[in-house]
Amino acid sequence: MLVRSVLDLIGNTPLVDVSELSPNREARILVKLEGQNPGGSVKDRIALSMIEQAEKDGRLEPGATLLEPSSGNTGIGMALVCRVKGYHLKVVLPSNVSPERRQLLQVWGAEIIESPGSEGSNGAVRMAERIAGEHPEWTFLYQYGNQANPRAHYEGTGPEIWRDCPEVTHFVAGLGTSGTLLGVGRYLKEQNPDLQVWAVEPPAGELVDGLRNLDDGYIPPIFSDLHGADLLDRKTIVGPKLSIEWTRRLAEVGIFAGISSGAAMAGAAKCAQAIESGVIVVVSADAGWKYLSTGAWTDDIDVVTERARSTIYF
Amino acid sequence: MSVEVRLPTVLRQHAGGQSTVRVEGATIGEVLNTLVAQFPGMAGQVLTDDGTLHRFVNVYVNDDDVRYLDQLDTKVADGDTVSILPAVAGG
Repeated sequence: MLVRSVLDLIGNTPLVDVSELSPNREARILVKLEGQNPGGSVKDRIALSMIEQAEKDGRLEPGATLLEPSSGNTGIGMALVCRVKGYHLKVVLPSNVSPERRQLLQVWGAEIIESPGSEGSNGAVRMAERIAGEHPEWTFLYQYGNQANPRAHYEGTGPEIWRDCPEVTHFVAGLGTSGTLLGVGRYLKEQNPDLQVWAVEPPAGELVDGLRNLDDGYIPPIFSDLHGADLLDRKTIVGPKLSIEWTRRLAEVGIFAGISSGAAMAGAAKCAQAIESGVIVVVSADAGWKYLSTGAWTDDIDVVTERARSTIYF
Repeated sequence: MSVEVRLPTVLRQHAGGQSTVRVEGATIGEVLNTLVAQFPGMAGQVLTDDGTLHRFVNVYVNDDDVRYLDQLDTKVADGDTVSILPAVAGG
């Protein structure tokens, strides 16, 4: 395979059968390995999609500066795309992300602006909105409100799943910006209206102790705009311990995935138990490299779980 | 029916600092109304004045979001755990 640019490697990720991990013999589980993207996560897709849309809209002059709030992966994907295309990137990053996320941003020359860890991603979003207001000369693509985010999945991830596995009955993915669930969910339901979409989320609200009151809560504008509540069939929380247990189970079948992939797999297993039979496709958002420092595979599970409670891994 | 309700950090100040409280009720709506009656400081934080679920609150019965079950009519059983969490961003 010969490609002209590393950006041509984004998307077209493999789907791996991990049915041996399914608690129900009649329910197959297939995992889509988004860690195979060149920036290492599913967010490479939306980084490319949002930046190329902004270029089409004339919002990005050569050498432009972009600003984005991110708990890591979107920032890393955008850093990669910006480096290749010659843009500057400033990422507003909560202070309590894993050190690997911080380093990866620096690999591709992004500047990090730190936001308080106690406010989680909500705090990063608020700070980025304020800075964007002060610097109208910087381009603020805002993944939570940018239609090119779900569109990357409607035009890319969804059709890839349908091409590789038209037997799919259930789609399971983590809920962050909601872009993956909205884009893939809508595409797959258009192909098969009986298909079910399950969202998995971490108990992130437990980590965020810097909220003053519940009015500081946050729902991504794209989720409201695209009627996410009507699209999802089920939403379930998976805590850090179960997430790490399933991250380890994935490793037992050779898949080295990030902690949020473990959470998504736990959701897929729950789905498998709840149905008589079916084919479940679950998204592994990234690989395990960025989480080695958490000891997720090697240290005592209770120690790792406590560590995960104070780290953002979604 | 008695369930354990797990409170997020932001609501604990209204419950004397407790992180979990026991509340009676047969549905999520009953549980939340009883909760607010016991701890009036939570009024307007969990349920709106119209009695609907606050937009930025997610409520779970044994880890399943009630918005995708039967909302406030979702039934609870003895020993269930109800968790209240603020809506937060990811990504």
